[in-house]
Amino acid sequence: MSELSVDNSKRRFLVALSSTMGGVAAVGAALPFVFSMNPSARALAAGAPVEVDLSKIEPGMKIDVEWRGKPVWVVHRTPEMLALLGKHDDQLTDPNSDNTAQQPDYCKNPTRSIKPEYFVVIGICTHLGCSPTYRADIGAPDLGADWPGGWFCPCHGSRFDMAARVFKGSPAPSNLVVPPHKYLSETKVLIGEDQAA
Amino acid sequence: MQRLLAWVDARFPLTATWKAHLSEYYAPKNFNFWYYFGSLALLVLVIQILTGIFLTMHYKPDAASAFASVEYIMRDVPYGWLIRYAHSTGASAFFIVVYLHMFRALLYGSHRKPRELIWILGMLIYLTLMAEAFFGYLLPWGQMSYWGAQVIVNLFAAIPVVGEDLAIWIRGDYVVSDATLNRFFAFHVIALPLVLLGLVAAHIIALHEVGSNNPDGVEIKKKKDEHGRPLDGIPFHPYYTVKDILGVVVFLIVFSAIVFFAPEMGGYFLEHNNFIPADPLKTPEHIAPVWYFTPYYAILRAVPPMFGSQFPGVLAMFAAVLIFFLLPWLDRSPVKSIRYRGPKYKVALALFVIAFIGLGILGILPATPLYTWIARVLSVIYFAFFLLMPWYTKHDRHKPEPERVTAL
Repeated sequence: MSELSVDNSKRRFLVALSSTMGGVAAVGAALPFVFSMNPSARALAAGAPVEVDLSKIEPGMKIDVEWRGKPVWVVHRTPEMLALLGKHDDQLTDPNSDNTAQQPDYCKNPTRSIKPEYFVVIGICTHLGCSPTYRADIGAPDLGADWPGGWFCPCHGSRFDMAARVFKGSPAPSNLVVPPHKYLSETKVLIGEDQAA
Repeated sequence: MQRLLAWVDARFPLTATWKAHLSEYYAPKNFNFWYYFGSLALLVLVIQILTGIFLTMHYKPDAASAFASVEYIMRDVPYGWLIRYAHSTGASAFFIVVYLHMFRALLYGSHRKPRELIWILGMLIYLTLMAEAFFGYLLPWGQMSYWGAQVIVNLFAAIPVVGEDLAIWIRGDYVVSDATLNRFFAFHVIALPLVLLGLVAAHIIALHEVGSNNPDGVEIKKKKDEHGRPLDGIPFHPYYTVKDILGVVVFLIVFSAIVFFAPEMGGYFLEHNNFIPADPLKTPEHIAPVWYFTPYYAILRAVPPMFGSQFPGVLAMFAAVLIFFLLPWLDRSPVKSIRYRGPKYKVALALFVIAFIGLGILGILPATPLYTWIARVLSVIYFAFFLLMPWYTKHDRHKPEPERVTAL
């Protein structure tokens, strides 16, 4: 019988090795739980494109459409509204829509739309996700005599013009997001799919 | 009976535990009014768990039926209104009691060495409580529930790079939806209550290890009698159990008065907009969180966006909560209790209380330019209380601490 001796360095190595492997296994086992909290297949499917009939929107009016559970506004802008759009560029944070994340390339223009009279935009404030109120009343007393019409966020007071461009001094850092959309015909628009370049 | 007890004691430390935590746990004899709020917090925790269990029997965590099931509890379930109002009032009562409990620490230096870990565990309880209240507030699925959750989850979306994906992961959808409601229910009724119970147990075990502080801020363990008992200590049971029962009675009178006569508390405990079912397409005119979050909300709104992002405001808000953790190390005063501190700390603490309450009021009001500026001034005072503390506590005039507590 040889004398029993303890090889401490081997022991330490084995403890370190098995602890590391156990840690890896624990992380691996945690992953399915973490991933289970991502949007389900059903929630992803609900992100399908939505078709809107533009012929029913009166000039100056706005309709709300639900896409991916978010409110999407479609506005039929009047010539007066469009005429006012270029007059306050100096008061805007991003008048030329230079922030490319906020609209598709085909909407990087002064009206932020494919057709100037029809404006499609996601109605969620870029500040903290409230849905701003439609205030088309030009020169509304509570918003100032030079109010050109647009949106006012009731939560934290962000103000947007009729192309949903944010005014300087608002808590919102950027313009509202224009979703991908394309025209199926003269009066039908599909929200959620890009138009061919 | 004696033999049964002996049988149990041989298998489980029943008598030993009773002695260690109650009949032979020596607490300072000079506790005053401010020492009611720890035991009251425990009472409110019990009320919340009890009423919560019974609400779960009738509530449905489903976006299509949640709002109706709460109305069903209020109208059709026998005494459902009582259980629900006790639960909603309990949420606000919890924060009132906890804020007073924390203020007591600021008064008497209960967070100072050797009680830093008790303070940290207490802060973790406070954070868990805030998360618990936030998750619970979504469950009635009213307009305020919905848009409040929308705003808070979007705070995480403001984190650079990973924020947007993180917010989607928290919601389980692109907006707050049925998936969000269902998981918030899971967090509210099981995950966080378990964490809370564990933390409360650790908080009390740590307290009983080092012993309670007292209004004089001196260590009673320094002067012991021949049996090794602190000269200024009295057994927690029966002395303080009896004292705390008085506190419980007074508390329950006030609590019942609110539950029966003013459960909505004029819109502060239950907000008016929350009696309208959640509508993902329409934000209410004016969104404000429940009162216990408004100081932090006011700080969030006071910080303007920088570099095209609202992240600095979010950072300031979280910093305002987390900075409490550092308190034991920011305080450099040689004395603990406000009784022996000098004028600098007294003024600083008074300003801090004004800033905290002022921010709380501003957080309820709509953001006008004037209010935003006041909120900015108060936010600076709020942070100055912490950040300048190492300086003003070190260079303060202070009176000498007594050898023993000053009560008769």
